[in-house]
Amino acid sequence: MGDLLAARSQMAVSLGFHILFAVVGIAMPVLMVIAEARWRRTGDSMYLELAKRWAKGTAILFAVGAVSGTVLSFELGLLWPGFMRFAGAIIGMPFSLEGFAFFTEAIFLGVYLYGWSRISGRAHLVAGVFVAVSGAASALFVVIANAWMNSPAGFHMANGVPVNIDPIAAMLTPAAFPQVLHMLLASYAATGFAVAGIHAIMLLREPQNVFHQRALAIALIVGVPAAILQPISGDVSGRYVARWQPTKLAAMEGQFRTEAGAPLRIGGIPDVDAQRTRYAIEIPYGLSLMAFHDPHAVVRGLEAFPRDQWPPVPIVHVAFQVMTGLGTLLALVAVWVAITAWRRRDVASHRSLLRAIAVASPVGFICIEAGWVVTEVGRQPWVIYGVMRTADAVTPMPGLIVPFLVISALYCFLGVIVVWLLYDLVMRSPTMRGGEGPPPTSITSAG
Amino acid sequence: MPASPALSLSVALIALVALDAYVLLAGADFGGGVWDLFATGPRRDAQRALVSEAIGPIWEANHVWLILVVVLLFTCFPPAFSGLAIALHIPLTLMLIGIVLRGSAFAFRNYGTAADAPQRRWGRVFAIASVLTPFVLGMCIGAIASGRVGLALQRVGQGAGGRGAVNARESFWALFVAPWLTPFTILVGLMTIALFAFLAAVYLTVEARDSELREDFRMRALAAALAVFVTAFGALLLSPSLAPRMSEGLIASRWALPLHLLTGVAAIGAIGALWTRRWHLARISAAAQVSFILFGWAAAQAPYIVPPNLTLQNTAAPRRTLVLFLVVLLAGAIVLLPSLAYLFRVFKSSEALRAGPGDGLGPH
Ligand code: HDD
Ligand code: HEM
Ligand code: HEM
Repeated sequence: MGDLLAARSQMAVSLGFHILFAVVGIAMPVLMVIAEARWRRTGDSMYLELAKRWAKGTAILFAVGAVSGTVLSFELGLLWPGFMRFAGAIIGMPFSLEGFAFFTEAIFLGVYLYGWSRISGRAHLVAGVFVAVSGAASALFVVIANAWMNSPAGFHMANGVPVNIDPIAAMLTPAAFPQVLHMLLASYAATGFAVAGIHAIMLLREPQNVFHQRALAIALIVGVPAAILQPISGDVSGRYVARWQPTKLAAMEGQFRTEAGAPLRIGGIPDVDAQRTRYAIEIPYGLSLMAFHDPHAVVRGLEAFPRDQWPPVPIVHVAFQVMTGLGTLLALVAVWVAITAWRRRDVASHRSLLRAIAVASPVGFICIEAGWVVTEVGRQPWVIYGVMRTADAVTPMPGLIVPFLVISALYCFLGVIVVWLLYDLVMRSPTMRGGEGPPPTSITSAG
Repeated sequence: MPASPALSLSVALIALVALDAYVLLAGADFGGGVWDLFATGPRRDAQRALVSEAIGPIWEANHVWLILVVVLLFTCFPPAFSGLAIALHIPLTLMLIGIVLRGSAFAFRNYGTAADAPQRRWGRVFAIASVLTPFVLGMCIGAIASGRVGLALQRVGQGAGGRGAVNARESFWALFVAPWLTPFTILVGLMTIALFAFLAAVYLTVEARDSELREDFRMRALAAALAVFVTAFGALLLSPSLAPRMSEGLIASRWALPLHLLTGVAAIGAIGALWTRRWHLARISAAAQVSFILFGWAAAQAPYIVPPNLTLQNTAAPRRTLVLFLVVLLAGAIVLLPSLAYLFRVFKSSEALRAGPGDGLGPH
């Protein structure tokens, strides 16, 4: 493995790992706050139990999210010093704002987790709201930084160096709005359904368990609307890509030829040497319609660009198919939940729907990983689209395979432990039925 | 438009303050881990419990100061950030592994299963990582101060100018290991552990609720103070040969003498206060002592970020970026400072400390 490939792989592993925890850190506080607010309104202590249990799981995930995020902020320099030397002054701004968002989040998470009996009920709830808002703000700012890499703005080039740097214009780059919207919705959809799925599985085993019924309801309130909106927001993203990153669009769709009225390909495997995508179901005019909202629009294929500017087409295409395919399924399950609730039928006792929710549990997270592969691999060979090649950004230090293997092993290890701890936490959930009170939450020291 | 020297200096001073906050707050959290590792005697479990209770609600917030320093460096002095990341790739990666293991082990121990065996195992990981991380951090700082990192960078072709490829004739060891692995950096690393352990022990004398525990940490604080003295003296002896720039700076800079004096006064104050059991005074003096050591390093090295050639001025981002950064900082501070004050009031005011741990999400 060459140094460049090792660096790219290390970045991909680190980001792919961090994003799982970040997403939970964005959405989980919303679920906790809803549970706590219901407890304060109804006095039903089951909701308190729920808020506390969720808080405990979130504390583990947040800690891993915080440390893996720290790794990333160093890795930007450890792996891509050429990129940071060029871009630091331009996109440092969103990263700095993100830093403040983290700070607020970490402060109020500390207050929320450890302050149950130290501050007033209202102050505690407000602390939870702050955690939720600053989590969303972190995502907003960091995704703006990423959007700049896709549609660089806010500087001019002179002799290979950026001049006239305008950090504000860099933040208002065209990719920012679609990416931020899509990412935030993704966080709520993925976390909402992941949590709902766990409680759906428990309800399939113990249909009368009120604890899981309440948990399921709250998780769906967060997950369902986001999952339904996600394909719409994906369309906004797709049209952005079509306009600003034509090579990425062509790779996503496996579109080698430039043509008017291009078809939408579902599935299929791009054959780069033969320059065609095989085994795909083609919907005539579909791509032109989706990407430009005009069935006869011309879509530029990869042939319109020099070969050394093509991203790895099969990876991007397959990842895009995974995201859109699974994303559509997730949206359909969400619509099913919405219709069931609309007809005032009880979701928690609808067994086939519970099974569907259980199956959908990991889907949002798979979509997130796949979506980031589309965005990042689809941008190749550029680290800053059209401006700087990834190969020019990498560190001159040789032997990068070693840190790549070390970090990967560390994250595999942590991943296994986190899954095991969460499993343990879920399995120890209360087994109460309607009418019974929950056991008192033990209030012990954190040690 | 290039930044004026006053502007880049102000940003650098902010970076120094943030680094100081990291050292005083997160440093003490690491030091707590050191005392977890060295918990001994009849009150061993009580010592560990006090450490865990003291850092539980605040370590994540304390940790963010480091992120602020990193972000500040890459936004305001991008070539300095890139250069340090290249030359210190190996120790920084080791430090990150320590940070990851420390943070996650702490969370796993405190929020995971209540079973004893895994809790103890995570406690060990937490404690060992708490010792190794400050050690590597200290080595990095020692390596920068010694000037060897900057020299290695010049040979990699990443001096003040553009980027270049590694000169194939230079060995990997000479470029990427030797600059940070010297007896001097090892001593600075040990001194960092001692300083963090000292801070933690002094703070814990304030936070302990029973007097036996307080005496335990008083003795530990005095022992750590001795370790600081020994390692600092050793580093000073080695510096003329291994870190000539550092020793010249410490002697020649016009800030050097007053800062030395202040450090000395604070150190004597801290030890005197511990001796006479004036806990709050000891806390303030210890924090002052550690800050003055940090400021002394910065003054000795100014105007270089990475001596001998990356300065505040030749690595500063354009004026507009720095001004905007200051604006963001001001706006951020308006949100942040009251929030931080609130956090510390809820968990660290004398009332809160008297009330004891009280709650949290301990094992069910
Ligand atoms: C729950 C997760 C999830 C779901 C259900 C979907 N996506 Fe997505 N998608 C993401 C999660 C995601 C993501 C991981 O969050 C990405 C990566 C970068 C970004 O901004 O969002 C992404 C990127 C992304 C991009 C690339 C944007 C870019 O490169 O700038 C496009 C075109 C789409 N998505 C389109 C869709 C469509 C048409 C979907 C229809 C079902 C869809 N996504 C469902
Ligand atoms: C704001 C967020 C992000 C930033 C600033 C960012 C930045 C980067 C950088 C600098 C690289 C290396 C250069 C390159 O290969 O182009 C990279 C590569 C990569 N990142 Fe991201 N990234 C972000 C989010 C993500 C997320 C959340 C994922 C999750 C899976 C991800 C997946 C990848 C992958 C797969 C690569 C390797 C691509 C390749 O080299 O083929 N990125 N990213
Ligand atoms: C290059 C890319 C990235 C860098 C450098 C980065 C950096 C960081 C850092 C330093 C932290 C720790 C903050 C703390 O101590 O509280 C963190 C946490 C977090 N990050 Fe990232 N991050 C990146 C990508 C992302 C992406 C793509 C998202 C989301 C869309 C994201 C969302 C978050 C959130 C919500 C947190 C809060 C902690 C948590 O919930 O676990 N980050 N990140």
